[in-house]
Amino acid sequence: MKHKEHYRTAVYQTPFHPRTSLLNVRNDWHRWKDYTTATTYFDEALEYAAIRNACAVFDLTPMTKHRITGPDALPFLNRLVTRDVAKIKPGKVGYCVWCDDHGQVIDDGTIFHLREGDYRLCSQERQLDWLSLSAHGFDVSIVEDTHDVAALAFQGPTSCAVLKAIGCQGVEKLAPFSIGYFPFAGTELMVSRTGFTGDLGYELWIEPARALDLWDALFEKGANHGIRPMGTHALEVARIEAGFMQAHVDFLPADQAIRRDRTRSPFELDLARMVDLTKPNFNGRRALLEEQKRGSRYRFVRLDIEGNKPARSSYIYDRPRNGKVIGTVTSAEWSPSAKANIALASLHMPWGRPKDELWAEIYYQRELHWSRVMARCRVVEGSFYDPPRRRATPAADF
Amino acid sequence: MTERNRAIVIGAGHNGLVCAAYLAKAGRDVVVVEAADRVGGAAVTRDLAPGFRVSACAHLSYLLDARISGELELAKHGLKAARANLRTVALARDGNHLSLSGGTLASGTLPDADRAALPGYHAQMLAFARVLGKQHNRRPPRLGGGGRSDLMSAAMLGLDMRRLGRDPMREFLRIAGINIFDVLEETFESPLLKGALALDAVLGANLGPRSNNSVLSLLHRLSGTAIGVTDGLSLPEGGMGAITDALAAAARSSGATIRTGSPVTRITLEGDAVSGVELESGERLTAGTVVSNADPARTLLQLLGARHLETPVAHRIRHFRAKGMAAKLHLALDGLPRFDGLSAENAGERLVIAPDAHYIEAAFDQAKYGRCSSEPALEITIPSVHDRTLAPAGKHVLSAVVQYAPFDPRASTDAARAEFLERTLGVLERYAPGLRTQVVASQLLLPADIEREFRISGGHWHHGELALDQFLMLRPIPGAAQYAMPVNGLYLCGAGGHPGGGVMGCAGKNAAQAVLDAERAS
Repeated sequence: MKHKEHYRTAVYQTPFHPRTSLLNVRNDWHRWKDYTTATTYFDEALEYAAIRNACAVFDLTPMTKHRITGPDALPFLNRLVTRDVAKIKPGKVGYCVWCDDHGQVIDDGTIFHLREGDYRLCSQERQLDWLSLSAHGFDVSIVEDTHDVAALAFQGPTSCAVLKAIGCQGVEKLAPFSIGYFPFAGTELMVSRTGFTGDLGYELWIEPARALDLWDALFEKGANHGIRPMGTHALEVARIEAGFMQAHVDFLPADQAIRRDRTRSPFELDLARMVDLTKPNFNGRRALLEEQKRGSRYRFVRLDIEGNKPARSSYIYDRPRNGKVIGTVTSAEWSPSAKANIALASLHMPWGRPKDELWAEIYYQRELHWSRVMARCRVVEGSFYDPPRRRATPAADF
Repeated sequence: MTERNRAIVIGAGHNGLVCAAYLAKAGRDVVVVEAADRVGGAAVTRDLAPGFRVSACAHLSYLLDARISGELELAKHGLKAARANLRTVALARDGNHLSLSGGTLASGTLPDADRAALPGYHAQMLAFARVLGKQHNRRPPRLGGGGRSDLMSAAMLGLDMRRLGRDPMREFLRIAGINIFDVLEETFESPLLKGALALDAVLGANLGPRSNNSVLSLLHRLSGTAIGVTDGLSLPEGGMGAITDALAAAARSSGATIRTGSPVTRITLEGDAVSGVELESGERLTAGTVVSNADPARTLLQLLGARHLETPVAHRIRHFRAKGMAAKLHLALDGLPRFDGLSAENAGERLVIAPDAHYIEAAFDQAKYGRCSSEPALEITIPSVHDRTLAPAGKHVLSAVVQYAPFDPRASTDAARAEFLERTLGVLERYAPGLRTQVVASQLLLPADIEREFRISGGHWHHGELALDQFLMLRPIPGAAQYAMPVNGLYLCGAGGHPGGGVMGCAGKNAAQAVLDAERAS
């Protein structure tokens, strides 16, 4: 925010607000960073159904975005995050996490290699302070441009067809984690095949002045493709089905933790593949090498749980009766697509091994009456719901 | 490619030379690379004018570790005192100077209460300083490290404090973090006495007498005396450069190679470990161990580069407080200055101009806000009284620490230097009328000059403020206070590490020990 009076506005509206506010018939909003954002528009279940069966639009503008440029942009990013950013070629996107010097995860996000040497870093949390501290000694420019880029997540099987209809010729050829640029409404529309749903889908990036043109085009051309707006609740179900973790839900950002044992390393979040210890230096490397030697404290697992009662905030035990607490559930939902009772959980080491018995203690309410059930859990690898269309290139129309 | 047995020491200051000597004694192949054309760093004797030589930065020896001088046989290598156990003369405008020898009043008049309190004050400060002195030869404990040696050294520190006895320990804990002004107010009446004692607590520091940590700074200064430094407060024959010359001779005799005129431009890396250094000439020297006698900021931010450190480490190093406030005055004189009321023989003692503690504080206030003090406080030596190698017969050389001069004055450094020289001579003339007419050559080094000439970032004698937050296991920064830096094979051996500045040598010796211990462990 560049103007001096920014503090007078407590909560901002995104450039899409003139449309989202009309569609939000439930008038159901919450605050996401500095913006008002829709929790549900009309029906959580139907919004979710659009993600998996048609296409759904989510206003992504409040997500924290940074533009990172300059001769040292690559070495800067490589020192910042745990993976090797050199492998993210121009026009590609990579998921990443970054750590403090104790090897504990500060945040996760995505690096968009927009054009040669020109990067966008999206994060869950505000990171400008940490990025600026980290910039010392690098010839790099870091600008937080959250407010200067309007963004939509456009997810679901028919999303590709709608994009083609609004003029994104050849968008079907975009592979997952790739970026394409298309002329649109006299400006440039950036389309990345990325998202938080684990489905075929895209994220759309445009200058705020053209935001409504984009929204209107999508809804006009999408009318026959089942387009719906989606709020945070519907997205939440999809992201848990995809097995994606979220800051402040599945892990606590290390820079916000007071108690040392409340944070998690990438190894403790099942993100070993995101850690490249062959890089000579990055934040957290020395601590992570040490952790490799002495072992991790926690294991992050995806659980398939007996029954149909979501194991929200459940303790995990090592046996159904008189057992000991060996972990907690961080996210849980009934998965409509996998038809499974799913959860993400953090377990104390060494639990979570293939043969370990795991039991979730689930409390649930029927007509104000609380009941408790112990449900057996099975550790699942990867996403709970993983349709082939998620990766198929060229993307089909459906 | 990297030679495992070789260690490169960057900088031939006293700590670099001590470290080189111990590593060489342990059989390492040691190369010392020094930017200047001669060894010595800030413990160096330089030409001031034809026939005049002067200790160009540090000018008194009071901390040189006795064990190191013995083990490295510095006496055999030519080190001897031109004058040991100097007294301190607190100059008074009216000529009623006070001459102090440790805790006793050698001459001058003091109120009865002060005369009675002085020995007790001195003894207590020495007892407290002894607690610090006993840590000089220990690697500070790693906090939360939990290793046996860490627990041991933490326990020893606790034990040293406990051994003071209950009441003195309480007093130690009460005053260690506070300011010397308050302590002196509690103890003495005489402004002149309080001024002289307060100056001891702030010399070389970015502190006024009323700044917290000034007691700690005093205890550090006394810590050498407290553990029995040979010769007390002394002047080495040939100036402070004689110490580093002897250290260089000791290092060479153990097999170390010393290359002067070889500025290092960067520390090179191979993967996550140091692989050597690159010299300004472009020449590369390879080694598995690089020990830096340069200050922490220069070592880690300039020679290594922040990008090779993790963000919080680079951030902490950038915020290591290291701006000097002390200027250094050198005068070549065609005769011995005549201080009012001071006999010629006493002119060779350590003379201080600090008529009272308020005077020093007022001088500090100006510098705090970017101006050189209009009435600076001084610590003066005229070493040529005892050492005829420093000036032609009948002529003298004066060396003084002048406080305060900010590192980054509001005026340009050149303008500030000229004005500060003028003011300093003005203050000196009040005590030694006619001094100006004796000046053959003069030189004033502001902290910015000290930074440039001695390659010390911020121009701070101690490579960084000696304060509780930059002390022991927090020096220079927590997590890198045991000489090993957070890059494999890189060590710090200068005053930026424990136990800090003063020509002591312990940081160099401890760093050598850390290198050898790490090799044994690997």
